[in-house]
Formats: sequence, C-alpha cells, structure tokens
Amino acid sequence: MTGSAARRIWGLMYRHLALYRRSWPRVLELMYWPVLQMVVWGFITAYLAGVQGNTASVAAGVLLGGVLLWEVTLRSQMGFAISFLEEVWSRNLGHLFVSPLRPWELVAGLAAMSVLRTVAAVLPAMVLAFFLYGFGVWTLGPVLVLFVAALMAMGWAVALAVTALILRHGAGAEALAWGVMFGIAPFAAVFYPVAILPGWLQPVALTIPAAHVFEGMRAALTHGVTAWDHLAWAFVLDIVWLAVAAWIFLAQFHQARVRGALLNIGE
Amino acid sequence: METPALLVEGLTKTYRPGDRPAVDGLSFTMPLGQTWGLLGGNGAGKSTTIAMLLGLLVPSAGRVVALGHDMATDRFAALARMNFSSPYIALPHRLTVEENLRVYAHLYSVPDMKHRIAELLEHFALTEFARRPAGQLSAGQKTRVALAKALINKPALLLLDEPTASLDPDTGDWVRSALERYRADSGAAMLLASHNMAEVERLCSHVLMLKGGSVVDAGSPDDLLQRYGRDDLEEVFLDIARGRARESVA
Repeated sequence: MTGSAARRIWGLMYRHLALYRRSWPRVLELMYWPVLQMVVWGFITAYLAGVQGNTASVAAGVLLGGVLLWEVTLRSQMGFAISFLEEVWSRNLGHLFVSPLRPWELVAGLAAMSVLRTVAAVLPAMVLAFFLYGFGVWTLGPVLVLFVAALMAMGWAVALAVTALILRHGAGAEALAWGVMFGIAPFAAVFYPVAILPGWLQPVALTIPAAHVFEGMRAALTHGVTAWDHLAWAFVLDIVWLAVAAWIFLAQFHQARVRGALLNIGE
Repeated sequence: METPALLVEGLTKTYRPGDRPAVDGLSFTMPLGQTWGLLGGNGAGKSTTIAMLLGLLVPSAGRVVALGHDMATDRFAALARMNFSSPYIALPHRLTVEENLRVYAHLYSVPDMKHRIAELLEHFALTEFARRPAGQLSAGQKTRVALAKALINKPALLLLDEPTASLDPDTGDWVRSALERYRADSGAAMLLASHNMAEVERLCSHVLMLKGGSVVDAGSPDDLLQRYGRDDLEEVFLDIARGRARESVA
C-alpha cells in the first residue's frame, strides 16, 4: 500500500471520526444496543442458573458468550454498511467517486471504521458482563482473537453485499443494512449447537462462518478445548464469502457507472 | 505538442438499448489554459457529458483522454489532477467547513494541508466560517466551500456544473472573478456547463452548443454572435434551441 493510498483511507476515516468527535449521542448510540442485549441476556442466564443448578454457570457462559460474539458480527456488518449509508444520506458519493479514491480504498476505509465502531460498541458490553454477571469473555483465551477476526470478516462480507445492493437499488435497500444479520442469526447456531437444527438445515448452517465460530466457542467453554477444525472452516468460509461479496460489489459498482447511478444514489 | 486538457473522441451514451443517445458522437480537443463552455437546454446532454468526462459514467462508445490519461484505463491518475464542483452534489453537512476541506485534502494527498486550507479559507472569505457545519451555511457560502474543495488540489482541469446557480448577482460575480483569477494564475483548463449566458460570455474563450446530445455549433462567443447576427449569447442559444438556422436568422 502506498502512502497516498493510506492517506486516502485515513481521509475517509477522518470524515466519519469527525462526526463522532463532536456528537456524544452518536457514541452513546453505538454502545446502547450491545449493552442492552447484554443486560437482558444476563438476567435470562441468571434466571436459568436458578432453575438448572450446577450446569448453570456453563449455560450462562455459552449464552453470554453467544450474545457478545454475535454482537461483534452484527456491529462489524452495521459499522461498514452504515458508514457507506452516511455517504448516501449526505449525497457525498459524487464527490468521493470523482476523487482518486479507489474502490478498494473505499472498502478498506469502511472496514477500518467498522473495526472502530465494533470496539466502541462491544467493549463496554464485555466489561459490563464481567462486573454484573462475572462472565469474562477473555476466559476463552488467546483463541478469542481468532473468533473475533472470523466474525468480523463475516460481517464485512455481508456488509459488502448489502453495499452492492444499495448501489443497485439506491437508498431503498438501506433496510437491509439494519436487518440482514437478524435473518442469518437463527441458522448461525449462536445460542445452540448446529445439531439442534433439523437435519436438512444443518448443511446450510455449516456454510455460515459464524456457525463454526460458535461451535468452537462452545467447545472452549464446555470442554476447555480449541476446535481448530471449526476455526479453519470459519476462515475458509470467510474467504469464500468475502470473494463472492467483493465480486458482487465490483459488478454492481461497474453497473452503477454504466447506469449513471453514482451521482443520484441519495435520491 | 502540449498534452491537451481533454481529448474527446466519438463520445456516445445510450442509457437503454433502442433509446435515443443522450450524448451522440461528441468530439473535441480542449487545450490547457482555457475556459470552455458547454451550453444547451435541459436534456441537451451537458450533465451526461460531464459525468463521462469525470469517469462517473461509462460511455457506450468513444473515449476520453484527460490530461494525457485514458479515462477507461487510467482514470485515477487523471482524477488526482482534476476536480469538480456542482451545487447539486452536497458536501457532508454535519462536518465543519474546515473538516470538509481536510477530508478532501487527504483524498487528494495535498501537501502542506494546513497551509493550503488556510489559503483557500482566506481566498474564499470563509475563515470566519471555518468551524461552522457546512449545513448551516447560506447558499452563497456553500458554493464558496464547494469551490474551495474543487481547488484543494490545484487541479489542472476543473469541471464546473452551473457554478453560480442560485447565487445572487453579487456573489455570482465574486465567484466568476475567483475562477478567472484561478485560471490566470494556474494555467488550468476549465469546462463550464451553464445556463447563464452572460457568465459564459465573460469566462469562456470557446463554446460548444449542444442539442439532442450533439454539438450543433461551436466557436468563440464573438464568432457565434457574429455568425448568428445577435447581440448576446442568450439570443444565439434561443436560435439554436428553437431550431432556427443561422442563415435564416442572418
């Protein structure tokens, strides 16, 4: 990467960071939902702990770990797609695309913003989970870094595809930026093993990178082992998902240039 | 021979197969150091032409070479030395004037960014608004910010889409003077799409008259006035828009 490319990526990040610098409600909004989710699921696990006796601590860990790690995926996807939508809402895409900013630099800038937004969103919830419910997600060990990386990559792949749909259908497709991950969650085995799903649905679930991460998380929390096979599958699938999403994005970007949609995509 | 600012050959755009082309076989060579005007009524193809010149729109046929770079294969090298301003494309309205200029200084890899931004703020009388969100500015102030953004990288080729639309006469005159100064100081080329005939007469050394996506006439403002036997470009524009041949007018 050249110095100019790094500077263009930073320029795009600066544009978003400048918004957060002056607006505490925006920063609060980032943390609000992950913390709320954590509080609600914390009480649910506390209730289950009372009902189920000695298995409760493991169950609590599995549920709270699921909540926290799924938030990583969700916030990664939303952080990317909503940063792109900010450009659509401010009708700034025309200026961006007549600058020397390459499409891959745009994607890198959005991914970098997604990392920062995810950290700002999920870190307070992780700390809260420790102080309120005694659950430290870091008890998963160093493998946690790999889990988080695999989930963030999946979030970017979904966000790239959503961004491509926004390029194709305009701001009318923005609802996908908010809702698409909720549609994937039931099949991603966040709170239950893939084996719980109907037989015909299990192969589908196993094509989702997150399903392998959550299988790995449960293996680490319940048996104290690192499921390297699941981790490897998660990263292989991430690469496939990212490649497909990048292809869709580039195809739709080109189509937007053919149709002349880049100037009026905010309309 | 000096590389032209723009070399356009057979530029054509048809949005849907079977439709009439929005731009049809446009060809011209614009040298550096001049301001050219792109005139035409609504739907004449001005905006489509500018979008293709900027690489925002892929032509159906023909090619654009900007500052020696083919826009089909090497557009980012050209875009680094070009810029664009239009009142119809906003800058992020929650960012301050200074933050907006910083963003684009980074995107264009402007050296000595602080100095350049201070220079532009002063040049466009924006220093007192530097920390005000762009969305809270008046139309005239927004236009000045858009022009400051368009000059942030000292472009060798500047494309302007109705740069003084919706401005009062005083601000419009101020903007035209700023553009004249920039061209004289930098030797840049400017292509201006406008409906303001007085503006075109004042700024442009050459005018392309577009109708139905094609150039129907071209020349310096004086040549066109003489050819059509008119006193101002507005009358020439009306003659062309209403299909009155120059012979019958004469």
